[in-house]
Amino acid sequence: MKMRCDQTANGASAPQGTGTRDAVAASWTWVAGEALRKLSPGVQMKNPVMFVIYAGSIVSTVLGIQALSGSGDAPAGFIFAVTIWLWCTVLFANGAEALAEGRGRAHAEALRATRRRVIARVLQEPTRASTSWPIPSDELTVGAYVLVDAGETIPADGEVAVGTASVDESAITGESAPVIREAGGDLSSVTGGTRVLSDWIIVRVSARPGEAFLDRMIAMVEGARRSRTPNEIALTILLAALTLIFLLVCATLRPFSEFSVLINGTGQAIGVTVLIALLVCLIPTTIGALLSAVSIAGMSRMMHANVLATSGRAIEAAGDVDVLLLDKTGTITLGNREAVRFHPAPGIDERALAEAAQMASLADETPEGRSILALAGKIFDIRRCELHGAETVAFSARTRMSGIDVDGRRLRKGAASAIRAHVERIGGIFSDAVTRVVDDVSRRGSTALVVSDGACVLGIVELKDIVKAGLKERFADLRAMGIKTVMVTGDNMLTAAAIAAEAGVDDYLAEATPEDKLRLIRRFQAEGHLVAMTGDGINDAPALAQADVAVAMNSGTQAAKEASNMVDLDSNPTKLLSVVEVGKQMIMTRGALTTFSLANDLAKYFAIVPAAFVATYPALGALNVMNLHSPGSAILSAVIFNALIIVTLTPLALHGVKYRMEPASRLLERNLLIYGVGGIIAPFIGIKLIDLVLTPFF
Amino acid sequence: MEMHVPDDIRQFILQFTPVLAIMTGLVVIVGKWMAHLFTSPTHHVLERGTYRILGVDPAENMSWKRYGAALLLSNAAMMMLGYLILRLQRHLPGDPLERASQTPDLAFNTAASFITNTNWQSYSGEASLSNFSQMAVITFLMSVSAATGVAAAGGFTRGLSRMGSSGIGSYWVDFTRVLYRLLLPLCFIMAIVYVWQGIPQTLDADVIVTTLEGSRQRIILGPVASFETIKHIGTNGGGFFGVNAAHPFENPTPLTNTLHMLGMLLIPSALTCAFGSMIKRPPQGWFFFGAFLAMFLGFLTLIYSAERAGNPLLAPLGVDQNPGAWQGGGNMEGKELRFGVIQSSLFAAVTTAATTGSVDSMHASYTPLGGLALLGQMMLNNVFGGDGVGLINLVAYAILTVFLAGMMIGRTPEFLGRKVEAREMKYVMLAVLAHPFSILGFTAIACLAPSSADSLANMGPHGFSEILYAYVSGTANNGSAFAGLGADTPFFNTTIGLSMLIGRYFTLLPMIAVAGVMASKKNAPESPGTLATATPLFTALLISVILLSGGLTFLPALALGPIVEHLLMLAGRPF
Repeated sequence: MKMRCDQTANGASAPQGTGTRDAVAASWTWVAGEALRKLSPGVQMKNPVMFVIYAGSIVSTVLGIQALSGSGDAPAGFIFAVTIWLWCTVLFANGAEALAEGRGRAHAEALRATRRRVIARVLQEPTRASTSWPIPSDELTVGAYVLVDAGETIPADGEVAVGTASVDESAITGESAPVIREAGGDLSSVTGGTRVLSDWIIVRVSARPGEAFLDRMIAMVEGARRSRTPNEIALTILLAALTLIFLLVCATLRPFSEFSVLINGTGQAIGVTVLIALLVCLIPTTIGALLSAVSIAGMSRMMHANVLATSGRAIEAAGDVDVLLLDKTGTITLGNREAVRFHPAPGIDERALAEAAQMASLADETPEGRSILALAGKIFDIRRCELHGAETVAFSARTRMSGIDVDGRRLRKGAASAIRAHVERIGGIFSDAVTRVVDDVSRRGSTALVVSDGACVLGIVELKDIVKAGLKERFADLRAMGIKTVMVTGDNMLTAAAIAAEAGVDDYLAEATPEDKLRLIRRFQAEGHLVAMTGDGINDAPALAQADVAVAMNSGTQAAKEASNMVDLDSNPTKLLSVVEVGKQMIMTRGALTTFSLANDLAKYFAIVPAAFVATYPALGALNVMNLHSPGSAILSAVIFNALIIVTLTPLALHGVKYRMEPASRLLERNLLIYGVGGIIAPFIGIKLIDLVLTPFF
Repeated sequence: MEMHVPDDIRQFILQFTPVLAIMTGLVVIVGKWMAHLFTSPTHHVLERGTYRILGVDPAENMSWKRYGAALLLSNAAMMMLGYLILRLQRHLPGDPLERASQTPDLAFNTAASFITNTNWQSYSGEASLSNFSQMAVITFLMSVSAATGVAAAGGFTRGLSRMGSSGIGSYWVDFTRVLYRLLLPLCFIMAIVYVWQGIPQTLDADVIVTTLEGSRQRIILGPVASFETIKHIGTNGGGFFGVNAAHPFENPTPLTNTLHMLGMLLIPSALTCAFGSMIKRPPQGWFFFGAFLAMFLGFLTLIYSAERAGNPLLAPLGVDQNPGAWQGGGNMEGKELRFGVIQSSLFAAVTTAATTGSVDSMHASYTPLGGLALLGQMMLNNVFGGDGVGLINLVAYAILTVFLAGMMIGRTPEFLGRKVEAREMKYVMLAVLAHPFSILGFTAIACLAPSSADSLANMGPHGFSEILYAYVSGTANNGSAFAGLGADTPFFNTTIGLSMLIGRYFTLLPMIAVAGVMASKKNAPESPGTLATATPLFTALLISVILLSGGLTFLPALALGPIVEHLLMLAGRPF
């Protein structure tokens, strides 16, 4: 598996700086317009809580008009004051949703600009010489072969069938450096809307028009395809039930009140305006108003991390994941091994070994090769020198060695087995002492690179995997949160065990084949775990499809992307940790707002109940613990507080509650204190303050 | 630090602590026994014979739908039987006093009342029912309704203890075992103790005695001791006599008073232990027990302190309500002298917590705050609660709490290792909704009915409390009455009867469904990232959610009843 490597241990990537990535905040006029447009009954019907407020606003408007004509439910001025704030409540909720959508909208606009209709050159045969004819990109069929030359835009998603080209994918990834796309292997997938910079490729179209990656992205960021997630549905049921209970409480209050007037002989029954005000204050308006904003914001936070989720469901599942399958290379270790030590064979001078290794690596441009030069320079101050008449031997899959022939010396370096075969073939001896060192090195989690000169084994260069800094602490945090980390690697058992221990993962899978990976995921799932993984190769696809949260690298194959429910545009496997974070944060935000919303009700009761019944039973004035000015100001204060709290908490809904990696019990304590206890106290203060402001008007 | 505790408060503590201590001791024994009877694979001879006669396959693993249907239909059949006997009483032989048949609405109310474990009585026992009716309708339905509740709790718990199962067990087996292995043995032993304490157990209808004044008096007798056992152990509560457990034949000694309370608390409290044992998480059972106990102690303290304080309006009239050597003091209106404020408060707290409805004092005569606490326990319906249903209600709230709190830790909520999703939430909310819908809905209808005010003994907020109490008592399947409401009218008989049926089956059946859905789910393994439910924090949160949601639902109604009454009492206006 090949992966683009990220040098930071922290997976949270900063958004790329290009114009497309920075979702420009939607303008306030647009948000206001959207908020008004969402007043249509069809939109309001979708959310039971908001629909009740909406209906209440309409009824109180009618009552206000009726009051103007003389005989009203209450003084017209009071009814209109309540009515205005009820409408504000609805508009604030709409505005919060529009604001959340607006962030995605700007992004979608930028994406749409790249999705131009182009004329594709469809080939009869997948060869450059084949006859071709032009077809508009939106009429392409799956399986068609399209020729794309340098400077042209790739008309549709697909796989490279023939050729190699550098492609500018900045429109999607925000990454300005071009990437190589070639036929076969893991770099074969291309995305419609991206541009070929050099050379040419023949692409086999794999997505129907309108279903391409870009289309999916636009639909996602616009929220058009947003369907409710399981947790959101369950929460909506809870909110609907609570709304029903409070509807019942308020509806029955009128008969109770009339009956009390009857048997008490004094006072007057509670008015409809007051009942509507009470109802709107009691039903969970805060979470009802912000619920969809929270979900949309979750999606756009993913977007901000440069991860494209195919559904909100996937984001939610990310919060529940409790097993992370992490690829060793790129995620746990820096992609490149580094030479750390020379082990000379018995009778060989260490400096001689270092010099030989240095010379054998002169032509080796791989990071490993360069690290050998660096190490030789550091220990023995051996400087790179120009060698004349030298003949370099490049690495080949057949010999699995590389080296140099110079001054009659035949210097080679390679894996132990390759060098053993090499020296034994030309009559040398691969001694037991060397074999023991090779084993020792492997046991430490390092790789042994054996250096030979002709038939003589000079010694071993120890190449070490460098574990990213800070990972051990991060994995410990994950463990405290109940998330298990499993390292997956193609290395042998010894190496894998050593690296796993160094990185502090809970478990590892060594010598992993794609089948092993799939089996491992199935086993975890059978135990009830939810598994997240990253992948990019074709052979990763089955495992990706099986995993609960599968993040494909954008640099990877089309098959991997199809099998995944998220695509990381940065192709950074460490991103998995951020994905989990965003998922958890989204659910936490919902929980915090729900708790806050319900905790608020206590204070609202103490504002409205005494105000509503004080006409019948003046003694109930004792419940006016906030000492609010008058029944009218008390009711209006509660309604205003209820509306303003939506505005106050909109930023929280959009940015999510503060997230910490902590065990569940600590998280619960903290959030309960902030949103539960805080939710009980805040409205007492808020309503009192609003009442003080209103006092001059009553 | 030396703290002076007044003598009467010390007495109060000395009297309730042993009751709760003995209850806690019994929780372990009875809890283990119930867990065993719900999980044991072997059937006894008597049970095998019963299954054969009834044609029941004891090995059947019923889906929740079938389990619920078996429960509902068998209850319907038994209710119908009870209704017929009550309607035909006049024509059945064997009653020397030839008591009349009940009217259709009264018979409906009575049959609904006893099949739902409510035992609200719109009639006066000794005047209205023959000994045959007392046994074949009342005692029979008392037994089977209690067995229904406990069996349902067994099936419910079994559902929660299973993973990936299509069923939750056999209702017939649960019902039969509860009857044979739990209720009958317990009642048999208890009845012998009661007879020893002087409670009558005879098939004679009455004795005629000559009083000290020389007049002749008819004293009603009957199979009272057996009636008293299932009345309390089954958290039933209807009285053999009109004045219920205040009658010397129903409650002759301090020991019987204590046994009555222990009997009421026995199964509801022990089910927590059985629950913990069956789901293989004993601490969870104990934390639920702790939640019950904490709420109970809170309400008990509220009742006792309100009653102890007495009625301030009596002070200017020269009435001494202070405790002293010669009297217990406090608000003695409607209380037996032999029980005093302490035993009456304790009994009232127990009977409304365990939704029994047996009374040894008149709840209508409690101070407004005392009455508020009695109403409160029934409105919550899960402070111990009735046999079986109390635990089920508590678990419903636990799932609700898990859902609210679970999201705050950033995961889809989980309960007992299973995810809580939309389907369960739907059923839980249905169960949670049914209770206030019945209480508030019927109270509102009664408030609108023009005839209601005529049934009231008191005007003002106390009159409203009487109506509210009737529907709270009916819906919570408690059965105690705020005496004063003349409830034997077609309107009240019908609506209170309906409230009992709704309160029973619309909370029980959805929760059976929850158990069925949870049983079919796969395991979600626990980790430090899972919300632990067997912790003091979660238990405190559970209690807060119960009190907050109960408070939010009923506060406006309570404000127009006991709360304003209390405020008016302080201001010098009695009702």
